[in-house]
Amino acid sequence: MTADRETPVTPVLDVRDLSVRFRMRGGRDIAAVTDARFSVAPGECLALVGESGCGKSVLASALLGLLPANAETTGSAVLGGDTDLLTAGERTLARTVRGRRIGLVPQSPAAHLTPVRTVRAQLEETLRELTGVRGAAAVRDAAGEAAARASFPADHLDRYPHELSGGLAQRAATALALIGDAPLLLADEPTTGLDRDLVERTVDELRRHTDEGRALLIITHDLAAAERIADRVAVMYAGRIVEIAGSRPFFGAPGPRHPYAKGLLDALPERDFAPIPGMPPELGALPDGCAFAARCTRADARCTDERPAFEDALACHHGLTGRAHSLTKAAADA
Amino acid sequence: MLELTRITAGYDRRAPVVRDVFLSVGYGEAVGLLGPSGCGKSTLAKVAALLHRPDAGTMTLDGTVVRGWRHRAPQEQRTAVGVVFQQPRLSADPRLSLRELIAQPLRSTGRRREVPARVAELAPLVGLSEELLERRPHAVSDGQLQRACLARALVLRPGLLICDEMTAMLDASTTAALVAVVETYRAESGAALLAVGHDRVLLERWCDRTVRWGERSVERVPVG
Ligand SMILES: Nc1ncnc2c1ncn2[C@@H]1O[C@H](COP(=O)(O)OP(=O)(O)O)[C@@H](O)[C@H]1O
Ligand code: SF4
Ligand SMILES: [Mg+2]
Repeated sequence: MTADRETPVTPVLDVRDLSVRFRMRGGRDIAAVTDARFSVAPGECLALVGESGCGKSVLASALLGLLPANAETTGSAVLGGDTDLLTAGERTLARTVRGRRIGLVPQSPAAHLTPVRTVRAQLEETLRELTGVRGAAAVRDAAGEAAARASFPADHLDRYPHELSGGLAQRAATALALIGDAPLLLADEPTTGLDRDLVERTVDELRRHTDEGRALLIITHDLAAAERIADRVAVMYAGRIVEIAGSRPFFGAPGPRHPYAKGLLDALPERDFAPIPGMPPELGALPDGCAFAARCTRADARCTDERPAFEDALACHHGLTGRAHSLTKAAADA
Repeated sequence: MLELTRITAGYDRRAPVVRDVFLSVGYGEAVGLLGPSGCGKSTLAKVAALLHRPDAGTMTLDGTVVRGWRHRAPQEQRTAVGVVFQQPRLSADPRLSLRELIAQPLRSTGRRREVPARVAELAPLVGLSEELLERRPHAVSDGQLQRACLARALVLRPGLLICDEMTAMLDASTTAALVAVVETYRAESGAALLAVGHDRVLLERWCDRTVRWGERSVERVPVG
């Protein structure tokens, strides 16, 4: 697979055929994630993109062992070459993985920060919990350093979360996520609700932490943010990864190979601003063939009969090749 | 259609978040109001939607000066404005099916009999199937719920539609789809639009003109 040839070092995270099923009352299952296969290397950022409800957050919860009791997982997700997150068990995950080997940058920092405690108090508590730093003075210094790493201003350390702007709350949450010095950062929609300037600042900071040698898996529906930060992009549709591509060829030329990915990019206001007709299928009632067939202009009988396998980083019977997007972009700009 | 003159509004009279703001939206016009988050755009949008009483200033809606906000607003003014907010989960009663949610404004204005016809008209426009209409908010995605919230805002055929960060949580395709619904409705009804947001590229593509949140007032800027 091309996607894997690009990452010769031992990946920080190696996901193989990961599937998540929710067992529902009445016997109907929800196929939230099916056969996901990807890896992330040190110093690399992979952006997982796709519309709301396509299974991105379920995938993240599976990696953290935070799925509800009615969920069943299969496949593997090996962290650092030695720990399968899907079979590790809650004790191991709680003691050695979450916070220590996987830093979680949350979707809603406001909800993640404890409202009744200052940023300093939360940083200090997490430092005591995750690191060997002891003694009031040392912990205080380390809290200052942790804040600085995420560009959180020192003169705001004694504030409570509700006294912070959205951007500062996001940095406080990032500072907390970085404390354990985890080799993998997992960020689920870290920029939702932030305005463009703040989105850019937030992703630039996450990129900086990646460049220091961490692996970053960022989950987002914001394609502009993905383009800015990612080395590679994984596109998810109806619970499956349908394309993995280098960020540059994907957003630039020759463009995406999967028709859904192309539709998503063309929907951007700076491109055609045209929606993909229809809506994604229900994850509880997926068709036998390609899940995108009902919305795809290239669909034929083979597409409705036979589900395309994910091969050579693409799951499509009639992938697009060599399609440049500069033309549509120029037309939109004119 | 909408004229806001020297509006001052907020949650604490000593520290208003909106100060002395002017904004106007002509009949059939689409105006984008651009500004960073937390600047007071949403407060102004709520004033325009008759949901928040300003501390000072004058508002005119369809030629009539507004004298009351919230429950004090006369019904014909209230029903002339449709609103969609950023977070559909915060503005949708979790006990209602999407069908009931869309029909809510008709019921509360005593037009229950129009429900079946109007819902049947709107559901395909916003892309909701019969099956989705029967579901409750927890059983649908954010994008699907926002489609229902948009249908609810259109159900009384408002002459002014206010979209406050309507698509901020949505993917590119759903965003383009909802904007297309709004534009289809406007083309057919002649309604005006106030679209509030922080995404310059989106609002400049969508609206006839955009205005930027200024230091003291909203200044006019040409469409990019
Ligand atoms: N506890 C659960 N039980 C049943 N279905 C669930 C549960 N949690 C999520 N789902 C379903 O899984 C699918 C994927 O959801 P999610 O991962 O949150 O999407 P995304 O993060 O891509 O927006 C959705 O159809 C959602 O309704
Ligand atoms: S497999 Fe067929 S229906 Fe599916 S995306 Fe490819 S061309 Fe379209
Ligand atoms: Mg999610």
